[in-house]
Amino acid sequence: MKDALHIGGKALSSRLFIGTGKYSRNTLIPEVVAASGSEVITVALRRVDPSSREENVLNHIPPHMTLLPNTSGARTAEEAVRIARLARAAGMGNWVKIEVINDQRYLLPDNLETIRATEILAAEGFVVLPYMSPDLSAALRLRDAGAAAVMPLGAPIGSNRGLRTKELIGILIEETGLPIIVDAGIGRPSEAAEAMEMGAAAVLLNTAIATARDPLGMAEAFRGAVAAGRQAYLAGLGAVRQEAEASSPLTGFLNV
Amino acid sequence: MKLYINGNETRLGEACGTLADLLSRPEWKERRMIVELNGAIVGKEDYGHVTLADGDRVELVHFVGGG
Repeated sequence: MKDALHIGGKALSSRLFIGTGKYSRNTLIPEVVAASGSEVITVALRRVDPSSREENVLNHIPPHMTLLPNTSGARTAEEAVRIARLARAAGMGNWVKIEVINDQRYLLPDNLETIRATEILAAEGFVVLPYMSPDLSAALRLRDAGAAAVMPLGAPIGSNRGLRTKELIGILIEETGLPIIVDAGIGRPSEAAEAMEMGAAAVLLNTAIATARDPLGMAEAFRGAVAAGRQAYLAGLGAVRQEAEASSPLTGFLNV
Repeated sequence: MKLYINGNETRLGEACGTLADLLSRPEWKERRMIVELNGAIVGKEDYGHVTLADGDRVELVHFVGGG
């Protein structure tokens, strides 16, 4: 496979990871999977409500997808570990997105608890993808703890505010040697392309697609943007300069 | 018998001998769930021979949409 993304022993051809939350109907999920070309999809774990016959979201996820259960709802490393073990017990593979949040307004991750959970779960053989605030020392500790990639936020979850943490994400890309997957905040295809141009390994999106007027059209738009950004990164962007540099020869004018 | 199911105190008749009995009740049957009993995950193959006791804490969880 050309330019595959290697994570957790898998070679992925798509660098667009998607979520399953906020869709107006779950039957959109397989259509969004097809339109996005995505191969990795997130799900959450919750208590079953006996009064609701809510369908299991897994019924709508095509079997070729790699499931990435998140630990949303966890406030401590221990809670995240418990959720991860429950998800693995369901026989859905050993990938996990660590998400430990103590801030209910901005839903910003708790890097310290995230590092602790990563240490425990990586040692248990999980493929650990931690959602984190883009801080270099935290990213290096996550790497040393055994994370398969790190997933810094671009902006708060569900905010569609874009790559607000761009400079810090750039530092993680340069310094960690790990795949950097921009998770949360990306609202527009141009922002996904920008993350990929910088050298991000992938982007993870949910709200931007699920809440678009036409989720299938948006899934396709993001697919193109991620592929274009990746291609631009591989092609090597030209240098940025302050002053003009003529693209046409400055000699040999007809009237000179 | 008194159980705590997903945090809710639930009183059941003595018919609930095993986890399999509990999970065959109308509110829980035919659901794809993961089961935790007193903090330990129980595999499907064990539902029939795990006996419930008064005061047990049962967690029944499943996958939902999320990002």
